[in-house]
Amino acid sequence: MIREHEDIVIQTVCRFFIPFMQAYGLYVLAHGHGSPGGGFQGGCILAASFILMTISYDLKEVKRRFSEKLNVLFCSLGVFIYAGTGLVCLLLGGNFLNYGKLSKILPTDPVMARYYGMAAIETGVQITVMAIMVSIFLNLVTAGKHEETVEEEDAGDNSK
Amino acid sequence: MIWQINLVLLSFAVIAALTAISVKDLLSAVVLLGAFSFFMCLLWTEMGAVDVAFTEAAVGAGVNTAFFIAAIYKTTRRTKD
Repeated sequence: MIREHEDIVIQTVCRFFIPFMQAYGLYVLAHGHGSPGGGFQGGCILAASFILMTISYDLKEVKRRFSEKLNVLFCSLGVFIYAGTGLVCLLLGGNFLNYGKLSKILPTDPVMARYYGMAAIETGVQITVMAIMVSIFLNLVTAGKHEETVEEEDAGDNSK
Repeated sequence: MIWQINLVLLSFAVIAALTAISVKDLLSAVVLLGAFSFFMCLLWTEMGAVDVAFTEAAVGAGVNTAFFIAAIYKTTRRTKD
């Protein structure tokens, strides 16, 4: 699962499939108000696309596209968006996550401000769920020491 | 909401769950757990809880199976007890 398999069928199918999975994850997020879905499900679908990339290619390919530093950054960025939206509502005179108060800074009425506030926190939830799921999978599949593994593989490649 | 379909799906879910906890091969147990998640997803869809069914399909059948297979890949495939 970590090492690279040279299978042209699996790699080609996954290369066509992964962008559609990620677009579907964003669709689930964007239509989460009126239909089933939302940030958590969309984040799980985005994480599943990265898991499929790990299985079909190898760990280095995933780390090249979605590095560990970016993963940690996304983990905290989603929480920051969620809590920041709530704190902005708090600063504007409402309760925590009272999106109606966002109409003071957004050029909309309170009804649409609630819509945009919900979309903002769902975006935060999606980013955090995606990053945490990818992080859990990478830690499971490498027994928690993938930084050393990648460095050893790089050193092995240089010595060849 | 048709109670015959509910009964059939519930029977399949119970059979899949009982087989998953009694089988010795852990990879088979993981696959049976994925089947259990899928039957629960169908059951929830049939009972009208589409949001819960979607979460079950995304998490239970999709990500959870990959997590368990990764854990088996790092440990043993046969159960000790």
